[in-house]
Amino acid sequence: MRLGVLFSGGKDSTLALHYAAEKEEVACLITLLSENKESFMFHTPNIDVSTLQAKALALPQITKKTKGEKEKELADLEDAIDEAAKKFKIEGVVTGAVESVYQAERVQRICNRLGLWCFNPLWKHDQKTLLEELLEKKFNVIISGVFAYPLDEKWLGKQIDTKMVERLVDLQQKYGLSPAGEGGEIETTVLDAPLFKRKIEALDYGVEFRGNSGVFIIKQAQLVSK
Amino acid sequence: MILIVDMNWKKDSLGYYEFVLPILAVAKTQDQCTVKHFLEVTSLEVSQCERVILSGTALQDTATLSQPEKFVWLKETEKPVLGICAGMETMGVVFGMRLIRCLEMGMTSISVVKQNPFCCEDFKAYSLHSYCVEPSANFEFFAKSTKCAQIIKHKTNPIYGVLFHPEVRNIELIKTFIQLKG
Repeated sequence: MRLGVLFSGGKDSTLALHYAAEKEEVACLITLLSENKESFMFHTPNIDVSTLQAKALALPQITKKTKGEKEKELADLEDAIDEAAKKFKIEGVVTGAVESVYQAERVQRICNRLGLWCFNPLWKHDQKTLLEELLEKKFNVIISGVFAYPLDEKWLGKQIDTKMVERLVDLQQKYGLSPAGEGGEIETTVLDAPLFKRKIEALDYGVEFRGNSGVFIIKQAQLVSK
Repeated sequence: MILIVDMNWKKDSLGYYEFVLPILAVAKTQDQCTVKHFLEVTSLEVSQCERVILSGTALQDTATLSQPEKFVWLKETEKPVLGICAGMETMGVVFGMRLIRCLEMGMTSISVVKQNPFCCEDFKAYSLHSYCVEPSANFEFFAKSTKCAQIIKHKTNPIYGVLFHPEVRNIELIKTFIQLKG
């Protein structure tokens, strides 16, 4: 089955891609570039890096800009998926949804309208296990956004490792944060993964932090051999 | 031992992670589990386990609905069976119910119609189905949404169907099923 993966370049969509590629044929990535920092569904600080990630994966990518207003964003997503269906003859869509019934339902509705299959291979998976799986599979993932107390600027740009997973699980117990950031507490950027043919090296970056949230912005990056 | 039947269109599919693993995660906290794809399930295997759970599938996946002959064991067994979503639809087809086009997606209000082991008051559940069944005379129905029957039970055997996905938002229902006496 030819599939298109909704791809933000964060850990969940990259892991969903990994599962999809093991079972079926991934024909393209579908990425919404949100211009709204408070986007309901697709907010990722380093979303432009996704173009570089697509190159690293050697996969074609459909990108679509969206203003990120709630319902318009969904219409833009539907357009992008429709374009992928026409251009790459995909029969189904894969998402990295883990817990959000809001996200899952919206994408299911779009796929149903377009007559496409919809797969959510990380659906309901234990968040700690998901993080451990990333480490096991040797994903290089950095924290590129923090949006909840007590996460602060010290987390930004740090690579997820065993110690960090322990700290995140600890914060879940103390503050109720979801360890994999499924409640939007954390955004991540994948710099390397098993399917990457080359890896991403950040050449220039900046950190913005205000109040209880901040982002790690990769300003310039390049692909290097692994 | 709980037998979880993978209802996805093929063995070892991409749907396994989404429709089988979340059920397994709940069930294995209660008892030992084994997973088999529906094409591999035999009456012998069913007789060797204590109870059976039939998984759901992707919305576009109708493979089991067109192969009711693979589920003849359902009519023979006296073991408790819980069919979830496509599992309930398939159960309906096996027992001769009419399959009707009926789309529900997302959080859905469920109201109790009759006293039952799973719920005593109205609640919300996660739906993802494009068909429903019209309960036949040999089934009673326990709960409904505004559109269709949501929980059904065979009148004499402990065979239950739920159209929504309890593994997503109502895991207690699965635990209750596992604790039911056979």
